[in-house]
Amino acid sequence: MTKRVGMEIAFAAAEAVALCKPDVVAAYPITPNTHIPEHLSDIVADGRIDAEFICVESEHSALSACCGASATGARAFTATSSQGLLFMGEVMPIVSAMRLPVVMAIGNRALSGPINIWNDHSDIMSQRDMGWISIFASNGQEVVDMVIQAFKIAEHREVLLPLNVNLDGFQLTHVVEPILFPDQEEVDRFLPEYEPYATLHPDKVLSMGTLGMPEIFNEAMKAKDVALINSKRVIMEVWEEWEKLFGRKYEPIQGYKTEGADVLLLTMGSMDETAEVAIDELRERKVSAGLLRLKLWRPFPIEELRNAVKSIKVLAVMDRAVSCGGAAGPVCAEIKAALYGEPNPPAIVNYVIGLGGRDVTVDDFITIAEKAAQAEKEKPKEAYEIYGVRGS
Amino acid sequence: MSSIVENFDLYAPRLVDKEEYFSPGHRACQGCGEALGIRLMCKALGKDTVIINATGCMEVISSLYPTTAWRLPWIHVAFPNSASVGSGVEAGLKVLRRKGRIPDRDVKAVSIGGDGGTVDIGIQALSGAMERRHDMLYVCYDNEAYMNTGIQRSGATPFGASTTTEPAGSASYGKKAWKKNVPEIMVAHNLPYVAIACPSYPLDFMNKVKKARKIKGPSYIHCLSVCPTGWRLPPNLTIKAGRLAVETGVFPLYEVEDGKYRITIKMPEKLRPIEDYLKIQGRFRHLGADEIKMIQDRVNQEYKKLMSKVEYLPSWSDLQGE
Amino acid sequence: MANKKWPETWQEFNLGGMVFSPGNASEYHTGSWRDQRPVLDTSKCIKCGLCYIFCPEGCISQDADGYFVSDLDYCKGCGICAHECWPGAITMVEEG
Repeated sequence: MTKRVGMEIAFAAAEAVALCKPDVVAAYPITPNTHIPEHLSDIVADGRIDAEFICVESEHSALSACCGASATGARAFTATSSQGLLFMGEVMPIVSAMRLPVVMAIGNRALSGPINIWNDHSDIMSQRDMGWISIFASNGQEVVDMVIQAFKIAEHREVLLPLNVNLDGFQLTHVVEPILFPDQEEVDRFLPEYEPYATLHPDKVLSMGTLGMPEIFNEAMKAKDVALINSKRVIMEVWEEWEKLFGRKYEPIQGYKTEGADVLLLTMGSMDETAEVAIDELRERKVSAGLLRLKLWRPFPIEELRNAVKSIKVLAVMDRAVSCGGAAGPVCAEIKAALYGEPNPPAIVNYVIGLGGRDVTVDDFITIAEKAAQAEKEKPKEAYEIYGVRGS
Repeated sequence: MSSIVENFDLYAPRLVDKEEYFSPGHRACQGCGEALGIRLMCKALGKDTVIINATGCMEVISSLYPTTAWRLPWIHVAFPNSASVGSGVEAGLKVLRRKGRIPDRDVKAVSIGGDGGTVDIGIQALSGAMERRHDMLYVCYDNEAYMNTGIQRSGATPFGASTTTEPAGSASYGKKAWKKNVPEIMVAHNLPYVAIACPSYPLDFMNKVKKARKIKGPSYIHCLSVCPTGWRLPPNLTIKAGRLAVETGVFPLYEVEDGKYRITIKMPEKLRPIEDYLKIQGRFRHLGADEIKMIQDRVNQEYKKLMSKVEYLPSWSDLQGE
Repeated sequence: MANKKWPETWQEFNLGGMVFSPGNASEYHTGSWRDQRPVLDTSKCIKCGLCYIFCPEGCISQDADGYFVSDLDYCKGCGICAHECWPGAITMVEEG
């Protein structure tokens, strides 16, 4: 029976991982995701799951160990944030190229410079091209659901790609929320035992991680790219199944009060929920505004985005990371690329908000929506605006 | 040549496992000491092994997609993480065997790397894996420079050697620092078994590999891999160079079991002069009498120190219950 | 390189770049690299197997009479066997 529990979301993420019966967990602590490996190690120490918890000496080793474990056929999990993600960065494209279904939870935190332990999306945005499936959670329930879905998606024979679940550091990781937990039997029925495609074992000898000459490298990358693009079909199937089993619906882009909207805000992560409150307020004032919550970041849902903005006038894209010196924030650049060439695209304004954990309030979103509405008539002066920065 | 006859049964090579787990057709240079080391190690390990290989000579010459020279399960991920991927392989095999998802049979995880991937960029992962006591063997194939990328200097490059990033010239005699002693670092990790070996003494090397494989816990072997290309000597002198490294005391073959040091092959009564070893290698050709004396003095010091450890240091078991 | 067959299309690229044929590197005959070849004088050979142990290619094996001979498909002509051979039964001879 599903249980409703009030729990800190990081702990809940660990409980969700435990429900999936991982075989190997190799993680290195880094604020703000530390509670995930800590709680998992408690669960292992109490014998609630039978897993090898490797206290690795760095994040690079964490992902490397997960790689090695996954290659033997074990279900592997790790978690990290920010600098830790960069440190394992060398291994990121290798895990996807080797088609190892490692699942990672990222407590999104600002990349250093200056060092800052609070929430923004710069860490995951630096890993866009690494070939991982990337999903964003807006609240504790989504974190738990997505972690359990993650293993099923990643290990699917037509996918076999690593997957990261993104939850905002502190804004989600350290917040206590009521969460509905499926029970072990329900998860066991949903998530079968991992059946690897090939493993490291003397009974069937193979070599993994061979050298790719220029003569085959293009083909290797094409194969990986196609696998990632095609994984969307499996993701949709898994989400459909989840809705049937648990009644909670997931889509690559979820609309909130979008009917008849002229202006749509687009957000990712926990700021979705703050934006929803702002939209409620705006609708009260008879402003025709709505919200798009982007849940699936990679593979990017091009079709769903195009459909979502078909009849609107302005799209205000929130980026929680700056692409320094770029033509747009990371998410906005992706959206503009997806909409280029579409007939009657909306005007697009780009706001970079909430860097380094700066609070984004309901009022901020209301202001942004009002400013965005002007963009239909008056093109913004800059490519993107870092919202709320002091000084002109 | 005489010492080698006295020291092993001449006909023992015929009794060695004929199976070639490292197939010919690999792209190593002519006379590659490292390829020989790999070949012998695999014979000593047997088929119930998983090899984890760091980026380097051996990985590149053996695994050009769509071919592989490996007849053992093998994985390569990146340069610094042979030991950490190895930790994951060991943990994965352990838990899967416990859960009954793979056959109930001992399969050893063996991580290998060059001196680059072990002594320098890989030292963190190695130290972490050894500290955590994974049941795995780590073998460092030390050819004393980053050979695969073109003979650049590593922490394991010996004093006075000329490499492409610390070359000899009119203002420099090559590497200014002494060789980093990673076996001693491994001994400091209190491993059950640490050994130094060289394929020029093939049976000694293979026995050490077999011994390490039996250990239920971490073990480390440091294998001197003569590189004719990088050390600049004719390829047919690979075995001789290794022998000279041992006989001059530059690379004495010893093992440390439970903290007790033991020399494993009979060393000459009086060590051969260091010139015998240096003069056959082009990478030392530039050295003057002063540098050679510095090296000779240092080799003598280190050898004496090692000998005193052999004689005086007790094992951990000896010290128990005092 | 001439012996290698690259996959024609990206669809043929093995999942994750895995290679499922252990030891298929032996399809490539490194024997083309050498400029000298080992020649065995069977009257001197004592069948000790040292050459077999020391060959980095692993291409030396015993023939029907027990003599250790090099497989010239793979022999790179490094000369280690000749140098280490006790009784001097192996000589390196220039190719061509």
